[in-house]
Amino acid sequence: MNEPMATFASSNDRQRPAVFAALRSVQVLTLLLLVIAGLGPLYWTIKGAVSPPPELLSNPLRLWPAEPEPGNFASAFTELGVGRYLSNTMQIVFGSWAVQLFVALTAGFAFSVLKPRIGRYVYGAILATMFVPYTVSLVSLFLTVLHVPFLGVNLLDTYWAIWLPAGANAFNVLLATRFFDALPRELFDAAKVDGASTWQLLTRIVLPMSRPVIAVISLLAVMHSWKEFIWPLVVITDPARQPISVALVNLADQAPLDELIAAMAMALAPPVLVFLVLQRYVVAGLGFSGVKG
Amino acid sequence: MTTALATRPETPAAVPEPPVRRRRAAGVRRELVGVLFLLPALVIFGLFSWWPILRGLLISFQQTNLVDPATWVGLENFRALTEDPLVGTAVQNTLLFVGLGLLIGFPAPLILAAVMSTIRRGAGVYRVLVYLPVVIPPVVAILLWKWFYDPGSGLFNTLLGQIGLGPYPWLQSSDTAMLSLVLESTWAGMGGAVLIYLAAMTGIPAELYEAAETDGASMWKRIWHIMLPQLRPVIGLLLLLQLLSTVQVFTEPYIFTQGGPDNSTVTVLLLIFRYAFQDGEYGQAAALSVLLAIVLAVLSAIYLRLTRSWSTS
Repeated sequence: MNEPMATFASSNDRQRPAVFAALRSVQVLTLLLLVIAGLGPLYWTIKGAVSPPPELLSNPLRLWPAEPEPGNFASAFTELGVGRYLSNTMQIVFGSWAVQLFVALTAGFAFSVLKPRIGRYVYGAILATMFVPYTVSLVSLFLTVLHVPFLGVNLLDTYWAIWLPAGANAFNVLLATRFFDALPRELFDAAKVDGASTWQLLTRIVLPMSRPVIAVISLLAVMHSWKEFIWPLVVITDPARQPISVALVNLADQAPLDELIAAMAMALAPPVLVFLVLQRYVVAGLGFSGVKG
Repeated sequence: MTTALATRPETPAAVPEPPVRRRRAAGVRRELVGVLFLLPALVIFGLFSWWPILRGLLISFQQTNLVDPATWVGLENFRALTEDPLVGTAVQNTLLFVGLGLLIGFPAPLILAAVMSTIRRGAGVYRVLVYLPVVIPPVVAILLWKWFYDPGSGLFNTLLGQIGLGPYPWLQSSDTAMLSLVLESTWAGMGGAVLIYLAAMTGIPAELYEAAETDGASMWKRIWHIMLPQLRPVIGLLLLLQLLSTVQVFTEPYIFTQGGPDNSTVTVLLLIFRYAFQDGEYGQAAALSVLLAIVLAVLSAIYLRLTRSWSTS
């Protein structure tokens, strides 16, 4: 693993001065580009958040304001309601995560370990939904949430309208099933001989071995529901209950520019910080989950 | 998933036949327990996936206004679509977004990944930097770029003005609005593709490069004859993934331009959204959704076929 990966540029190439110089300058140029594209917008957000609006208009290229206004964060948090919107987002993220994990793990356990006879048909029907991205059932899903069949309840303006549909994620079920399939069968048989119930088999044997897949599903679920925009826009119409993503679009038309940018900074800070802390796992998760965009 | 997890072969339950009578009751019980554990998935997928898909198909042949019971109108909704000139515009705009996205956004991550693969020290820094835009929530990213695109005091025009270019209208002209959307979404989405390409590049056996070098192949020849052919399955997959996601573009036109100027950024999904949630034309929205679904299903089918052939090869 410590060995550098094989590439088109071999060690011999690198010893030739012309190739070395060309390669090095392309690498440095790329780094410069990535710093501008990756860190630039983050820096500009923070700078914009503490700049007085007249200065943003008159001298947009200034690297740091003459008189920074760190108070913008506090006023955006309280006056613009960013605190409440962030808390709404966290509730949405937490609930979506819990439902996704619960559905994926129970279904994966059933498909892979319990193998009921209808399992293969249900599995097929679940995988088939991957062909139909939820954006195309946006309208009918909305009508369903307005009046849930059998239950007859209206979930509009409640977080259940986001939590429950989030659970219908075929990719999670696929990940869990594939992971459980790869666990050693002998363990299950041994547990059964020892008289473990099905529930104990799940909670004592299977789940403790499933940390990697739980981590991947959790990461995908949290990152996805933090970014989610179109569905909350449709089902949460009460401004007081909206997540930060939807609220920001409304604020963009009303709030003063500096406070709006402060609000944007607070909306992007949590995912960026989580990514920086967990970056190794995020990158590994991408490899693990293959090519899911 | 496609590489590591897909390889386990299907093993048919090779349990020896149990003594029939005694085990039958236990078998029924096991079946019930299995179904019990499937219940959450059955309920959630039933209510929020299977039923809405079916219902979307039904609504596309119905007239419904949420108050009165829906009535069957046959192909009326589809006929109404042909009479709305915006449908053609939306299809054209969506194709333009997809096309520009491919032109600008498709080669870029491959080139970036190729450069990054040659880095021996500090590769982790590059990876974090390249993935940072992906973790910024789309709404924040778009509002940020909207501020950058401002014709008067925006970052882009002031910077370009310093070297004597512009000012450009960006989002405010129907000629450049779509391009502006594509630039932002390319920046926002590129990181994932770069990491996937990099992962695929680590899988190329070193012997291939060494053999080519011994045969006297130049660096460019090694890129052209070894790296690219080895990456072909991944290139195909990422192409389809990008097609799938750009055909469904909504957030960019919704926040940047609301479909303007002069309807130059009205996309198919934005039109579906308007039909349903601004005009209350649920039937018409469902009809257009069905057409979009057909396109996406065809693309997904190709995608699934490719993943399968890739993971078994």
